[in-house]
Amino acid sequence: MNITLRVNGRAHTVDVEPATPLLYILRNDLGLQGPRFGCGLGQCGACTVIVNGAAVRSCITPTSSVRGDVTTLEGLSQNGRLHPLQQAWIDEQVPQCGFCQNGQIMTAKAMLDKNPRPTDDQIRQGMAGILCRCMTYYRIQAAIKRAAGRNV
Amino acid sequence: MNIEKILLEHSATPSRREFLKTSGMLVVGVSAAAVVGPFVAGAGAQDAARGLYPDPDYHQLDSWIVIHEDNTATFYVGKTDCGQGTGTAFRQMMSDELDVAYDKTTCIMGTTDITVDQGGSGGSDAIQTDGWPMRRVAAEARRVLLEMASQRLGVPVAGLAVSNAVISVTADPSKKVTYGELIGGRKFNVALTGANIDATTGIAKVKPVQELRMVGQSPQRYDIPAKVDGSNKWAVDVKLPGMVHARNVKPPVAGAKLVSIDESSVRNLPGFVKVVSKGNYVAVVFEREEQAIAGARQLKVNWQKPATQPFPKSDDLFTYMRGAMPTSKPAPTMIGNPDAAFASAAKVVEAEYEVPFQGHTAIGPAHATADPSNGQLTIYSNDMKSYGMRNGVAQFLGMPRERVRVVWMDGPQGYGRTAADDAGFEAAYLATELARPVRMQWMRSEEQAWDTKGPAFVVKIRGALDAQGNLAALDYTARSCDYNHLGYNEPDTVLIAQLMGKRRAMPAAGNSAFPNEMYAIPHRRTALEVVGLPLIWETPLRTGNLRDPNGPQSTFASESFIDEMAAAAKADPLEFRMRMLTASTDDDNGFRRARSIAVLKAAAEKYGWQPRPAPNAQRARGDVLTGRGVSYTYRNQTIVAEIAEVEVNRRTGRVWVKRLVCAHDCGLVVNPEGLRRTIEGGMLHSISRALYEEVAFDTEKVLSVDWVSHPTLTHLDAPAQIDVVLVNGDPNPNRPDLPHYGAGETSCKPMIAAVANAIFDATGVRMRRVPFRKERVLAALNAANA
Repeated sequence: MNITLRVNGRAHTVDVEPATPLLYILRNDLGLQGPRFGCGLGQCGACTVIVNGAAVRSCITPTSSVRGDVTTLEGLSQNGRLHPLQQAWIDEQVPQCGFCQNGQIMTAKAMLDKNPRPTDDQIRQGMAGILCRCMTYYRIQAAIKRAAGRNV
Repeated sequence: MNIEKILLEHSATPSRREFLKTSGMLVVGVSAAAVVGPFVAGAGAQDAARGLYPDPDYHQLDSWIVIHEDNTATFYVGKTDCGQGTGTAFRQMMSDELDVAYDKTTCIMGTTDITVDQGGSGGSDAIQTDGWPMRRVAAEARRVLLEMASQRLGVPVAGLAVSNAVISVTADPSKKVTYGELIGGRKFNVALTGANIDATTGIAKVKPVQELRMVGQSPQRYDIPAKVDGSNKWAVDVKLPGMVHARNVKPPVAGAKLVSIDESSVRNLPGFVKVVSKGNYVAVVFEREEQAIAGARQLKVNWQKPATQPFPKSDDLFTYMRGAMPTSKPAPTMIGNPDAAFASAAKVVEAEYEVPFQGHTAIGPAHATADPSNGQLTIYSNDMKSYGMRNGVAQFLGMPRERVRVVWMDGPQGYGRTAADDAGFEAAYLATELARPVRMQWMRSEEQAWDTKGPAFVVKIRGALDAQGNLAALDYTARSCDYNHLGYNEPDTVLIAQLMGKRRAMPAAGNSAFPNEMYAIPHRRTALEVVGLPLIWETPLRTGNLRDPNGPQSTFASESFIDEMAAAAKADPLEFRMRMLTASTDDDNGFRRARSIAVLKAAAEKYGWQPRPAPNAQRARGDVLTGRGVSYTYRNQTIVAEIAEVEVNRRTGRVWVKRLVCAHDCGLVVNPEGLRRTIEGGMLHSISRALYEEVAFDTEKVLSVDWVSHPTLTHLDAPAQIDVVLVNGDPNPNRPDLPHYGAGETSCKPMIAAVANAIFDATGVRMRRVPFRKERVLAALNAANA
């Protein structure tokens, strides 16, 4: 079945089984590398993309159910300028291995878009479902505060 | 590494190889557009028969350093990075010795045909061991360049000065020549010496510490920008023309034998390519990834359960371990006369500590892609020991080593013998079976269940206090469940080999672990024992190195017990430790002891430690109790003291490690900010192990198969404050040859004990069984109040 997706501002038509999780279309058909397979169960967040402003786990999202614009990590920078969260990630030197950081950044983006000045507790709660096995949580939270313009 | 660099380097690989093999010009920058795929190196057919991938010769300077015509330099090193930024540190060290600006350098790591074999990662040795030959070869390159400049400029070397890759005449700085002008794009052709790669050296000496400029600074990691903008090329991202997707179908219970496969159950599924099986190894191969996942789920396989039970259930593990016949039990190490000391003790304390199996469970399950084109075999892998994988796969498949290479790429965290080894062998086998590129990707349940585990431990300790409240004797017995401990990339122990029925004659004995501290305890008996589970082959409960293989387990026991002795002596736990550390610098042990004192003092000062015995008699009476705990250890020559401050909710049992202090002495620090983050990650990794991680199983299979059944630390657990103090406790802190020790694992070791000690301080309840999940803490609190 032909499905048209709008990803990072561009339309793509792919011919796939409609139930195929969005993750595999993004990675294997559209050549995107930001969203990554972590669990395939919606538990870890490594595959997170933003659909219509909401952080979505692409590994359990049937491609045919996607309505609206999909943004991946590659789509965050504008005109060659990094998103403030990406810059904060560099400034704080957040990643260790970095494999999960797609989900961390995309979830933080969706959170800050709704709540630009989150409290410490709101950051913890908002990010709770995004796992990092290098345990960089402390630096991630510092980077979110930095991007939100809070003194760290 | 950014993608342009990868494209350039991989597309230039044949040239790089020619460059190493013969004299002549290095053709850098084969146009990326001319390359078929990002990682396809257009190799010459005439070389294929004898193997395209001979070993780079570490006794040639050209194998390590290339100076380009634009006066930049590329360093080729035989290491990999698990995410601690070691590549940045290597560039700092080598650019300092070479006298080239840091930002005019690049670093290529871990690809077996273009970088010398320094073993990849392991043992926290990147800076401690491998940094030395890197420094020496860079110093040698500088020496050779100075001699070349001396001839070119007609001035003795003593009359020349070097700055940022420009050599000038001291007496007339207008006379100068750049490194690029001297040798850009051409070979040094300089032989190095040294009995092994770690000893590799030229004639030149390394600089004294006082002359290092980039070492000690904190340039940002060069690999991070591409990891936050989505452009980084990871091992999971490799795509090759004609590539197909594979998934394993593992035995549903440990030790099951394959009876039959009903291929018709998947043959008509879209994208079907093949079912591959040999012995008890089964995989499906499909054109598309989601098709392979569906195929693996739908394949009907008839398995026969083993006749005997492969292991006890996890709830019975420690009972089993206590009752098992040890597979190894060397004579205990004795100091003094412990029996006499216990007989005359004022007080004897005894305790047992338990740590379950814990896994690596990387955030991305194991994976690899293998390409059998042109009669060669290339494996794209994040395995931290790419060189070992190359050798192991060549043996496993019976291929000449020269036809096999491993291209190391970024991946999810390594930290030991992970299933990345297994996936690499599986991809290689399937690629040669199908004669086309194969991408192998494990699923989450496989990673959780079949990834190698850190060994479970039961540690029994007795201690004797004398009449003065000093620790007079310590009797320590650590028993690990570690028989048939897996090495790295072994062709007769990787999982696919096991499932195919290959067995090594003698399983590895496995290891238990001593406590690592410098306490002056006059009488000691230390015993190490190993036991094995009933099933040691084809089992998901296979043990392998997990970050500081046995230190978190043994140090949990030993440093918890020191705290128990301090409490029995009604002494402040930090002061009790300090009393057992007598400064002395006349031997190596004394050197460690002096630095142990330095880190404990530094941690106490940073925390604001007020001496008092634990538990805290003044603790609050509300729902949330606060406590502090200290713990200390060393790993090789790196010394760490850590203080955890916890909040324990006595209604729910939840433990939050609110504040952490770490005082860390690893000698010369190359990149302080990078080091701080490595230390933080190590501490939090062990907090995850302290609070959450445990592999659960019944008597035939692992039950921890996802992040619900195998929980990990989350954002909710992040401490509110972490302070890392970098200590130089060297008795001669300004010595020009101050060594750089390893830092990848030490901070993991004492953390579990620090948390347990803080819980005791807060509640008066001693947690002796890891992990301290809230149900277990609540039960312990209720039992104490009953």
